[in-house]
Amino acid sequence: MAKARVIITLKKTIMDAQGQTIENALHNLGYRGAQNIRMGKYVEMDLNGGPKAELEKQLDAMCRQLLANPIIEDFTFEIEEG
Amino acid sequence: MWRELGLSDSEFERIVRTVGREPTPTELAMFSVEWSEHCGYPRSRPLLGLFPTEGKYASRAQGEDAGGIEVAPNLTVLFKMESHNHPSQVEPFQGAATGVGGIIRDIFTMGARPIAVLDSLRFGELDQPRARYLMKGVVNGISFYGNCLGVPTVGGELRFEDAYRGNCLVNVMALGVVESDKIATSRATGAGNPVIIVGNSTGRDGIGGASILASHEFGEGEEKRPTVQIGDPFTEKCLIEACLEALKTGAVVGMKDMGAAGITCTTCEMSAAGGHGMDVELQKVPRREPGMEPWELMMSESQERMLLVAQKGREDEVIGVFRKWGLNAVIFGQVTDDGVLRVRDNGEIVAEVDAQALASPPTYELPWEEPAYYREAQAADLSTLPLPKDMAAVLRDLLASPNIASAEWVYQQYDHMVQTNTVVAPGGDAAVLQLKGYRQGIAVTTDGNGRYCYLDPYMGAQLVLAEATRNLVCVGAEPAGVTDCLNFGNPEKPDRFWQFRRCVEGLADACRFFELPVVSGNVSFYNETSDAAVYPTPVLGVVGVLDDVRKHCTSGFKQAGDAILLLGETHEDLGGTEYLKRNHRMVTGRPPALNLDAEKKVQAACLEAIRVGLAASAHDCSDGGLAVTLAESCIYGGLGAEITLPASESKLRLDARLFGESPSRIVLSAAPDKVKQIEAIAKKFDAPVTTLGKVGGDRVLISAEGKQVAAIAVAEMEGIWRSAIRELVEQ
Amino acid sequence: MATAIGSKLRFGVVIFPGSNCDTDAWHALHDQMGAPVEYIWHQETDVSGYDCIILPGGFSYGDYLRTGAVARFSPVMKAVAEFAERGGLVLGICNGFQILCEAGMVPGAMMRNAGLKFVCKCVHIRVETTDTPFTRAMKKGAVLRIPIAHGEGNYYCDEATLTELKRSDRIVFRYCTPGGEITTEANPNGALDNIAGICNAGRNVLGMMPHPERSSDPILGSADGRLVWESLIGGQS
Repeated sequence: MAKARVIITLKKTIMDAQGQTIENALHNLGYRGAQNIRMGKYVEMDLNGGPKAELEKQLDAMCRQLLANPIIEDFTFEIEEG
Repeated sequence: MWRELGLSDSEFERIVRTVGREPTPTELAMFSVEWSEHCGYPRSRPLLGLFPTEGKYASRAQGEDAGGIEVAPNLTVLFKMESHNHPSQVEPFQGAATGVGGIIRDIFTMGARPIAVLDSLRFGELDQPRARYLMKGVVNGISFYGNCLGVPTVGGELRFEDAYRGNCLVNVMALGVVESDKIATSRATGAGNPVIIVGNSTGRDGIGGASILASHEFGEGEEKRPTVQIGDPFTEKCLIEACLEALKTGAVVGMKDMGAAGITCTTCEMSAAGGHGMDVELQKVPRREPGMEPWELMMSESQERMLLVAQKGREDEVIGVFRKWGLNAVIFGQVTDDGVLRVRDNGEIVAEVDAQALASPPTYELPWEEPAYYREAQAADLSTLPLPKDMAAVLRDLLASPNIASAEWVYQQYDHMVQTNTVVAPGGDAAVLQLKGYRQGIAVTTDGNGRYCYLDPYMGAQLVLAEATRNLVCVGAEPAGVTDCLNFGNPEKPDRFWQFRRCVEGLADACRFFELPVVSGNVSFYNETSDAAVYPTPVLGVVGVLDDVRKHCTSGFKQAGDAILLLGETHEDLGGTEYLKRNHRMVTGRPPALNLDAEKKVQAACLEAIRVGLAASAHDCSDGGLAVTLAESCIYGGLGAEITLPASESKLRLDARLFGESPSRIVLSAAPDKVKQIEAIAKKFDAPVTTLGKVGGDRVLISAEGKQVAAIAVAEMEGIWRSAIRELVEQ
Repeated sequence: MATAIGSKLRFGVVIFPGSNCDTDAWHALHDQMGAPVEYIWHQETDVSGYDCIILPGGFSYGDYLRTGAVARFSPVMKAVAEFAERGGLVLGICNGFQILCEAGMVPGAMMRNAGLKFVCKCVHIRVETTDTPFTRAMKKGAVLRIPIAHGEGNYYCDEATLTELKRSDRIVFRYCTPGGEITTEANPNGALDNIAGICNAGRNVLGMMPHPERSSDPILGSADGRLVWESLIGGQS
């Protein structure tokens, strides 16, 4: 059984209001070294159903169909075989 | 071990006597939650019996999770208010969110469609970062949960006092409508009938949470800080639809929602209420964590779960409805006729207790003692207070006070229009809701005043009821029923219990005078830290009825040239006022004196004037006094006013005339040709009425004895009043 | 689509798990407009009995993952897409608009409000085109007062899409001042170009964030929303 981890982020061209808010809050706390904060989503799952190459194809399809909205989001993932 | 669970030695002995042996760990856990202050009300129950339960409008559903009144033939409005103070202090977002979830379950568990929520929130002063953090979290939580459910949040209160610094108050009220003959009950009857658990799976959420948090003060190390309850509004929305649909099948015998003390509370109380028993098997309960012990399952406060008893033979019908909505529905026991709550885990009996006994905690008559501060405050002499020179500056400052300024920063985060029933939205004296298909409508408001109740618990509680009913009358509704949320400190301290006792007595007497039943309620004790206790804060939710919802009234001036009238009389009432606190930095004195007869007369006159269509606007005087009332009516109407304070007041201090908080006063406006009729109505009800001036211009201009006392542009007042809270919270 | 004009338009309101404004839409159509209207459960696969399908507001599937992301895969959506392809009328309101975006039935995507807060208040929108079945009873440039209530109404599309929307006259409503000017102050959620509603290339599918069903009954403060129903029904009521 494999473990999959997906990270979904807003496309770089899109304004990230949450990231901006977090950046302001951190700066107010004194962490001025934190810059260009972007917020995203993290999804993890157990993945069954074949060899790694097959799982990668499946996960890619899951991301394109449901987990990410390709108009506004990018995604990356990694699969760790158990 | 019982002490760790919060039980006293005498309670433990009583449990041993009840069970007839040493209780099992599971039984001990069950008693500890069912007998906690939050679930069993051992310390407050004796005094709560003082409240009247009948009034002018017929009361319904007494003794159930929520009570209500009949507002139209065969139509009942159920309502209840509940506190979630301690969970919100620990985790404001989830605390407030699950507070909304819990109170709404109390409504639809009775077959009523939830139609509105109101939130009454109290925090420490906003210059403290912690108060801002709590406020943002709480408002976010209520917004998150209420909006997702599709129940409009139509009103509420926002108050800031240093006394709430260590312990915020989050009281949430919910209302629902149901046909009177279709009200569902929570009685388990019919031996052999299946017991079904529906909704979310059971985890370790809040184990000992609401029950234990609400039964103890916050200590220095906050050791009693368990996992908080986490809310899932989507599941609850599906639960609302599924439960109402299941009830329509006619196959549901009884239903109860799981709040504090989860499975323990529901199985025990449904059995006791029905005069039956239950035999349940814990291994069948859907769970989301492995290795849960029986006592954990019995104590868990996982949200969005309900307990149902169905008719034997029709369980599939009921389960099918829940499956349709994607919800768990599992039979895990049956009703028995021996009155015993029997809990098994994989065949082994882990608890076997008489349901009635478990549902009957001992009651305590606690000692009370009038504290020294009370006598000092009552004796305070305010006559030597310096009189401000610039009254306009005082008014500007009051409009910027977060206890007075517009709360739109908050309520614009709530969907207050969903269900398309909101006729008068948040911001007015009370919310008005239409009931589709009916001529009648309802109005609802929540009110509280911790400062008044601190200075004089008996009078303060009466003032709160007077204000709430006055608010309803100002929108054209006749007050009909009350729910209460009583927030106090540690009742084991005699001065706190004195406050509780006096507030309850004051409230009970006032409700009886106004013929208002208290149909439901909630008590929250132990609202204090090692620092200080909160002000004694009874919060009331009052519902009123409009005979014709189209004949409602709002608080803004409508037309230049309209006459402005004052119903009621101003006295020198500065004790406990917002003005005294903000301008003189004092919280002392006697709260404004309330004359119940005078209040009744003024309310009757106002209601009649609105009903016959004479009043263009109505707004009651409260925080900040007459000057603030006038300012708000100007702001809402976008019109100025020219005011002359009544000559009969010339002997009173000017600041009391402008900012004093004498009760029983309402500012009306009306077309000039309607004034005589309004005066006739006032005379008929023996209510004082004076002409103050007229609507017009773009400023509020106040004069007294020929001298101008204050002049401010409406636009300027609006700027201050609308932006104050946002500027404070977002600093 | 020709069947709709002049005849009694049959409305269907889809209910997804988590939809909230389905009954509001039903009441607006039934009580206020006297139109035939029924509910369509999201598992339904046959929508042939309707002329206009409404995807109502709410929080379908709790808005979990992304608003509308899960609802778009409900069985009924396949039927709704085919219905639209055949020329059937589809109106997505608020969450319904979000679902249409996720389903690709209108272009673009919906993001969280720029101010990061849920906003519930009355706003003004300007009618940008009357060349749709949803706006033909309106006047171009007219200002309507209609409530919004959403946390994710920040409409986004790429440059090429925006150019195409403008070129083909498919921006239907824009947030504006009471006087009808398109300004940043009048934009409640940061939506691109103040876009409050758009239609598809066939002009038979409209997505709009404001709630016309909440402004169909005068007692609630504004009845400007009725113009949407009147446009659809062709003046019948």
